[in-house]
Amino acid sequence: MTGAAEATAPHGPGTGDAPPVLALAGVSKSFGAVRALRDVSLELHAGEAHALAGENGAGKSTLVKTLSGVHRPDSGQVLMDGRPVEFHKPADAQRHGVAVIYQEPTMFPDLSVVENIFIGRQPRASLGRIDRAAMHARAAELFTRLGVALDPEQPARGLSIADQQLVEIAKALSRDARVLIMDEPTAALSGNEVARLFTVVRALREQGCAVLFISHRLDEIFELCQRVTTLRDGAWIASEPVAGLTHEALIRRMVGRDLDALYPKLDAATGEVALKVDRLTREGVFTDVSFEVRRGEIVALAGLVGAGRSEVARAVFGVDRWDAGWVEVNGRRLPPASPTAAMSAGVALVPEDRRQQGLVMDQSIERNIGLTGLKGLRRGPVISRAAERDRARDWAIRLQLKFNRLSDAVNVLSGGNQQKVVLAKWLSTRPQVLIIDEPTRGIDVGTKAEVHRVLSELASDGMAVLMISSDLPEVLGMADRVLVMHEGRLVAEIPRAEATEESVMTAAAGRTS
Amino acid sequence: MTAVTAGRSTRGIVDLVFRARELSIVAALAVLVAVTAAANGNFLSAQGLKDIFLNASILALLAVGQSFVVITRNIDLSVGSVVGLVAFTVGDVLAANRGLGVGVAIVLGIVIGCVCGLVNGLLVSFGKVPALVVTLGTLYVIQGLDHAIAHGRQINAVDLPRSVLSLGNGSVLGIPYLPLITGVVMLAVGYYLRSYASGRDFYAIGSSPEAAGLAGVPVRRRVMAAYLLSGALAGLGGVLWLARFGTVVADDAHGWELQVVSAVVVGGVAITGGVGTVYGAALGALLLTTITSALVVLKVNPFWQQAITGALLLLAISVDRVLALRVARILRRRNARHGS
Repeated sequence: MTGAAEATAPHGPGTGDAPPVLALAGVSKSFGAVRALRDVSLELHAGEAHALAGENGAGKSTLVKTLSGVHRPDSGQVLMDGRPVEFHKPADAQRHGVAVIYQEPTMFPDLSVVENIFIGRQPRASLGRIDRAAMHARAAELFTRLGVALDPEQPARGLSIADQQLVEIAKALSRDARVLIMDEPTAALSGNEVARLFTVVRALREQGCAVLFISHRLDEIFELCQRVTTLRDGAWIASEPVAGLTHEALIRRMVGRDLDALYPKLDAATGEVALKVDRLTREGVFTDVSFEVRRGEIVALAGLVGAGRSEVARAVFGVDRWDAGWVEVNGRRLPPASPTAAMSAGVALVPEDRRQQGLVMDQSIERNIGLTGLKGLRRGPVISRAAERDRARDWAIRLQLKFNRLSDAVNVLSGGNQQKVVLAKWLSTRPQVLIIDEPTRGIDVGTKAEVHRVLSELASDGMAVLMISSDLPEVLGMADRVLVMHEGRLVAEIPRAEATEESVMTAAAGRTS
Repeated sequence: MTAVTAGRSTRGIVDLVFRARELSIVAALAVLVAVTAAANGNFLSAQGLKDIFLNASILALLAVGQSFVVITRNIDLSVGSVVGLVAFTVGDVLAANRGLGVGVAIVLGIVIGCVCGLVNGLLVSFGKVPALVVTLGTLYVIQGLDHAIAHGRQINAVDLPRSVLSLGNGSVLGIPYLPLITGVVMLAVGYYLRSYASGRDFYAIGSSPEAAGLAGVPVRRRVMAAYLLSGALAGLGGVLWLARFGTVVADDAHGWELQVVSAVVVGGVAITGGVGTVYGAALGALLLTTITSALVVLKVNPFWQQAITGALLLLAISVDRVLALRVARILRRRNARHGS
């Protein structure tokens, strides 16, 4: 790397004399009237981890899909080793040694781990049959190389997301991938899972693999990558070495302006207890969980993925049944397994998986926002469209939702805006207790700051907020108190003043400090 | 080390669940046969057994084809109509040309079946129309075609070549041809699905169509192939039908598609795709046929037969659901223990 001079040159020299393993040259791609990529160039070199930064809707996913053969560029070229190539389908890119780990792991839940790795490329014995022994031997070898203890015969259905990603990496390795593209691989991982992933990725890079890494967590970009390319609104902004770059500078490139504080936490006077959970147990999932959330307070529920945090939230809201203990809202006990009762007691749950649990993707913004309060929208026996629209407009403005028309389907919105629609949907019920699961997973810094601002305002208006988050800076920046879960138990309660990355992670990992 | 042992026990459980299905069908069959034989000794006579296997053959053959389709998360409702169409048209051709032999009959039947399968496959895989709608449509179209060709006529056994009829009634080494053909087809298809890379693709597609596409599996080609095979086997089934019954009208095998789907589901092929074997499906067909025969022997009102088939179907689906939840819970616990 030659230093800051190349920071603004799109085709700056790479780490060596060899042409980049994989490159895009002046690529543009439109979907209808939307110009997803405009004249974007990118160079991936062997042995280098390259970050792709940008807000949601900046074109990162389109770029990944262009490199992986899902989309074909309208103009411009994809180059491998300096020679133009055309990928017509994902299989073409794979044949050229490009492996992609998508945001959501793409597993076959019914097939075993080893079949997931080798599907379509199983080692063959005589007469074209699958050589199962060879397949298992190669899987074992891959797992040894990755340093993970996975059972190759286990069905993929039971794997944690972290393990699924390791299987995806094993898949890439088994293809002798020269380029590894990772689209937000860490979004669903917690601290030490990220560390394990990074160890594996570093080892691959040292073996000469070119890595393209996408993450909304800037710390990870600085930790893992040597170079970073920034996109904004589908256009190339900069490609530069990570060394010498500051967080603020990178955010400025992504957002195009300076950002106000990312964690605008307001101090709020805490009131009486709004939510009280007492010795709540669901067999095999979580045990003996007790805590309180007061009005005006933001309480974070931290822990590793799989520690049982979302499950506690689901049980409190009545989606899942609990086996023992009880839940009290404003002094009144909730009946078990009744979301209706929880809602009428003033509890709202914003789930983690927006696409599956939070939104009806192909319905309009106004319909989605209106869904939670249909009773209040009735004029006589019918639902008033005008009332629905009024309410949707009201919340869209309050949350600064970016949209064309309220009648647009939700699935055309970016991830951050979808999250705002989910928020609007629940806030329109005027809850007293808001349970929000991973409020900013997979959304960009700009929207993140806005979601944080909204949460902070809600709390200072007297709402009790329980926030589940795997994003440590978010937990530390937003919470008045941090509860930490480990393997289904609440293991620590840390006040804001004492909460540090170290104290939270120590508790989450189950070590006593 | 603990992770590995835990993995092994998980594998054991999951394996058991899959094998449990085939074992439990065999067990149900054994109980059914024992009870019926105790009530009526003739049930277990050589002739009685032969009848059951003859009756089950065509259903099992169709179930093998159907499970292929169902494993890819699709469905083929047109198989009953294809059997009817093939039985009649092939019978018609043979009656008009007495010189033709059994070989021509089989080839002709398979070709007609393949054409039907091709239409289904093209519409489902390339037209992206839901399989339920496509094959419901072709069910009626093929049925209508059958009626138009038959025009109220009937094919009689006396008009058919002897070689064709002996396919339905003859045997080799004491084993009738029909179950022999079904057995060979079942073993071949079962071996292919398990041991060939392209065979595993079908499971991958049914398990997650999107992931299959991203993994470079030729999804449309495989779905197309599944429909072609289902059509071809339905065509073969039509020829076997003609050979077995001799007398054929346009209404034959109508409504069979639901029996076939029942056999497949009872046999442990998940209707949501990705899980199941053709052996299970064939066993399911054998179980349903045996129940019918047993009810006849036990002099139970035949109307009960449908109710029992339905109850069995519900039982199979409930058992699947309960087992799936249990496995999920076991895996969840295991993950909770080895979560980090």
